[in-house]
Amino acid sequence: MSEFLQHLVNMLVLGGTYALLGIGLTLIFGIMNVVNFTHGVLYTFGAYIMFIVVQQLGLNFFVALPVAVLAGWLLGAAIELTLLRPLRGSDIDTTMLVMIGAWIAMQSGALWIWGGVAKSVATPFPEAPLVLGPVSVSWLRLFVLAAAAMLILVTYLLINKTSLGRAMRATFQDHDTASLMGVNVDMIYTSTFAIGSSLAAAAGALLGPVYVIFPQMGDLAAVKAFAIVILGGLGNITGAVIGGFILALAEELGAGYVSSGYRDAMGFVIIIAVLIFRPTGLFARAERVG
Amino acid sequence: MRAAVTILVVAALASVPLWLRDPYLLNALITTGIFVIGAMSLNLLLGFTGQLSLGHIAFFGIGAYVSALTSLGFDAGLPGGFRLVHTSWPPIAGFVLAILVAGSCGYFVGLLSFRVRGAYFVIVTISFAEVVRLVALNWVELTQGPLALTNIPSIALPLPGFGELTLRTKFHNYYLVLVVALIAYLLIARLVHSHFGRAMRGLMENETLAVSVGIDVTRTLTLAAVISAAIAGAAGSLYAHYIRIIDPEVFAFINTVTMVIMVISGGKGSLAGPVVGGLIFGLLPVALRPVMAPEAQWIAYGGVLIAILFVLPRGIVPSLAQRFARRRSGAAALATAALTDTGAKEPA
Repeated sequence: MSEFLQHLVNMLVLGGTYALLGIGLTLIFGIMNVVNFTHGVLYTFGAYIMFIVVQQLGLNFFVALPVAVLAGWLLGAAIELTLLRPLRGSDIDTTMLVMIGAWIAMQSGALWIWGGVAKSVATPFPEAPLVLGPVSVSWLRLFVLAAAAMLILVTYLLINKTSLGRAMRATFQDHDTASLMGVNVDMIYTSTFAIGSSLAAAAGALLGPVYVIFPQMGDLAAVKAFAIVILGGLGNITGAVIGGFILALAEELGAGYVSSGYRDAMGFVIIIAVLIFRPTGLFARAERVG
Repeated sequence: MRAAVTILVVAALASVPLWLRDPYLLNALITTGIFVIGAMSLNLLLGFTGQLSLGHIAFFGIGAYVSALTSLGFDAGLPGGFRLVHTSWPPIAGFVLAILVAGSCGYFVGLLSFRVRGAYFVIVTISFAEVVRLVALNWVELTQGPLALTNIPSIALPLPGFGELTLRTKFHNYYLVLVVALIAYLLIARLVHSHFGRAMRGLMENETLAVSVGIDVTRTLTLAAVISAAIAGAAGSLYAHYIRIIDPEVFAFINTVTMVIMVISGGKGSLAGPVVGGLIFGLLPVALRPVMAPEAQWIAYGGVLIAILFVLPRGIVPSLAQRFARRRSGAAALATAALTDTGAKEPA
């Protein structure tokens, strides 16, 4: 039983960052209909920004986090403006392949700049974990959960309470009509991609110090984000949050009770199962695209 | 005219080992040839049914593992105390089994993944490939996991009356790959010009319309997936017996991307496209090797993919064919251009 409780606690910590990843991708996928293969690279990028700011510039850990979010925002906007805007109106396969090209180039760039040796980031948190009865959790992981929860809340408010968010939701429903109502759809697309990218960078910046940082770390993160989006349904933010926690639970239980080698297979199994048995996602009302 | 060009190209390719003595280049040509076979099989799905399968390497890898395990033999435990035991068979049996097993996998994967389309289809196919990779990595008793299967025997051709010919050298393997590639090319060419090929293309252009004129969508797509997977399995088997060592990295996503780049750059839906694209992108690393670090090569790889999609979105072969046709006759040009413009669906 105590083992199970420990898995639940781990699930909460992991699920928070997975939800961040999933929200970022579901916004981009839902609003722009772009299968964003650079999402994992943005995750890696966020982690490396933490490494640069904390380890190389020697600045404070808590300063590094907003820097990573901002850097992810800028890189996302740059990708959208240079690669996606000229391809507006091309078919989904073309943009997907362009995104694959960008992913290969950027990941190889990270390997070129920082090398393949894994990096770690020092944190200001005490080594000794917080022990609560049968379960224990490190202070760093608690902070990660709190920061992820805060970012999820901010994103939720941004989408539901601001005029930018209203324009984004309108574009998701029907970009032609939104355009006729005076929404600058190009600007919405760039903002969406930038926000989604900054959330991926935030997830990387939070999880990077928990694990280690290396150029290919984003590949699995990207797949997990796809799994979460498919679980939660396209463009569904609440679905992405729940999906993030379900995936984390499946991985924890899979690693704990099946075999740790198959931990990372859970995301793929979920993708296949959901698309075969319930292709609109678990909670989706929105219709399917494609 | 077209047949003459094909024969000339084949003759030129067949002459290569007679004058090329550089083993490094010959090796690059053989592995490129193997990937060209994979790219041709991917083109059958991507170019003629319009389904972008990004899990294609799964069939290649399954072919490689089936062929290697058949010729090496194995003894692996199953849940419930059963054991899966197999003594080694000749590699040529492995080659045949690789085709059969990869084809059956294509059937099941196709049956499941063709329920969804577009981005969802792409993600399901990636997931299948990754699950297979994780199984190859974790089922150590059968696959040796990351330790790799080593000492895979070379393919031996039985020659009645002469015993058998073991294809161990690069010289032999070059011709083996060339022959298999030629068979695959002719098979695909025959297919796309058949009734079945027209059904596939009709479906690609307008699925609803294709259904309304009585094309069985699921049957057509699944059959295309089976043939495509079987050819990829054959390529995987050639790879295993040529390289003679395989590990789960054969399933890496980047290998699928390499095949996709070959098809897209050469021209999807054109028979010669994957061959042209395959030769360019298979030999590009060889050309870049002296001037660039490996990481920089991959940056260039990604950059070239993006550039091709921006500049020649339909691929090299269809674009050149159109230009050639335009120059040849002024008046007929418009008609031909209009013809090729229907999305380069006509095979070159």
